[in-house]
Amino acid sequence: MPLVRLASVGKTFRSMQGADYTAVRDFNLDIESGEFFCLLGTSGCGKTTVLNMVAGFEHATSGTIEIGGRAIEGPGADRGVVFQGDDSLYPWLTALGNIEFGLKMRGIDRTERQARARQYLELVGLKGQDHKHPPELSGGMKQRIQIARVLANEPAMLLMDEPFAALDAHTRASMQAELQRIWRATGKTVLFITHDIDEAILLATRIGVMHAGPASKLKAVIDVTLTTEERDRTHDRFVATYREVHAILRDEVAIALQRTQ
Amino acid sequence: MNRSLRDLGGYLLGFASLFVIWHVASTWLLNSVLFPAPLAVLSKGIELAGEGILGEHVQVSLTRIFAGFISGSLIGIPVGLAIGSFAFVRRLLEPYTEFLRFIPATALITVAVIWFGIGEGSKIFLIIYTTVFIVIINTAAGVTAVAPNKIRAARSLGASSGQIFLHVALPATMPYILTGMRLAMGNSFVTIIAAELVAANAGLGKMIWDARLYMLVDQIFVALVVLGLLGFTTDRLFRWGIYTFAGRFQPVT
Repeated sequence: MPLVRLASVGKTFRSMQGADYTAVRDFNLDIESGEFFCLLGTSGCGKTTVLNMVAGFEHATSGTIEIGGRAIEGPGADRGVVFQGDDSLYPWLTALGNIEFGLKMRGIDRTERQARARQYLELVGLKGQDHKHPPELSGGMKQRIQIARVLANEPAMLLMDEPFAALDAHTRASMQAELQRIWRATGKTVLFITHDIDEAILLATRIGVMHAGPASKLKAVIDVTLTTEERDRTHDRFVATYREVHAILRDEVAIALQRTQ
Repeated sequence: MNRSLRDLGGYLLGFASLFVIWHVASTWLLNSVLFPAPLAVLSKGIELAGEGILGEHVQVSLTRIFAGFISGSLIGIPVGLAIGSFAFVRRLLEPYTEFLRFIPATALITVAVIWFGIGEGSKIFLIIYTTVFIVIINTAAGVTAVAPNKIRAARSLGASSGQIFLHVALPATMPYILTGMRLAMGNSFVTIIAAELVAANAGLGKMIWDARLYMLVDQIFVALVVLGLLGFTTDRLFRWGIYTFAGRFQPVT
């Protein structure tokens, strides 16, 4: 049984003006435990809508979404979410306070939750930054806190919505490498949203390419069989995978561009 | 040079220039008994302070302000939180807040005196009245301004609705609450003087009114300067409090 199953999922947003908008239609996807699944698509293709439904922030208007065989009814601690921006962090708490937030809410005692929070603070490479508040930290550090905050809560899976899109190129590259390392260290199941082919190939074990919206669904799913060494933008196998993914995505980019012009 | 020293230097320079302009205007430009020079006001102030009169009036006015301001905030914050959190409460209470906040406290002075007498009751009522709406409106605005991702993150981390209110919505609203309280403090100064001018046994407003009867212009000026200083000091203390105890809730400028 897959960890996550999306079966014939659709999402239609009601509009006050009467023109309803169908973002996703007949979307099918199984994610196995331990997978790093990248959902790749153009902007406006509905990939964030899919993530929001799995997170429980939005309800599917048709079809079913199950995690561990049970239908999703709302957000839960079994699915940790890493957001794109930093507005989900709590600026009144320290880095450590942010990381132990979930454990505190679940009634775990102070000594244990601090020890666990410290452990994840170290895992994401922020040792010694425990007493800083988010506004004092850089964009990359803030994303590390978000990741540590989610990991400390020990969810069954991670949902990441373009977590590095707002970072500069160098920070993004180092964060991608860090995430790869963390994923290997923890073996968590990840659903990762991106519009960047490079990022998807660097990180994913499977890539799902979405049609351009509206009423989008998966166009193709590609297995990424590259080894750690081959996950390098200059490696021949990386380039070959890039060409393969790009050939699938190219037409959708053209459609998306046409629509916005 | 460190920043607090530079700030202090700026303040001193600002006050000194005010003092000089005042001195020049009163001594050379107007030269009238109706506009006393700063030094004359200072010596009058020292005289009044020595007799204990000034201290008594200041104490009476400040006690009223703080009693009303604190009670008004204690009422306003929970009401504002409820209005910001629940659409139902907003619809229920908005007619009251939107109607009453346009009736200035000064317009209610006579009614307050008729209801509560010329003692502390009417003054504290007026300060509560002038505080409560501004605190409610700022608090409610703060609640609606909380980033949705903060709430979503908390839900995904396993927080209950009650926990989200206590650990996310409340601290995230803190800067707005404090800003509302700071604005309310300014209003309280206006209201207390107006109320004491109309009907009171003591207080800075009463001191001004008494001085007017005997044309003691320098005494009026003492009261005005003291008011300015008190307002300035309480506001700085409030800001300092915000920075030290609540700076982590993002500073309010």
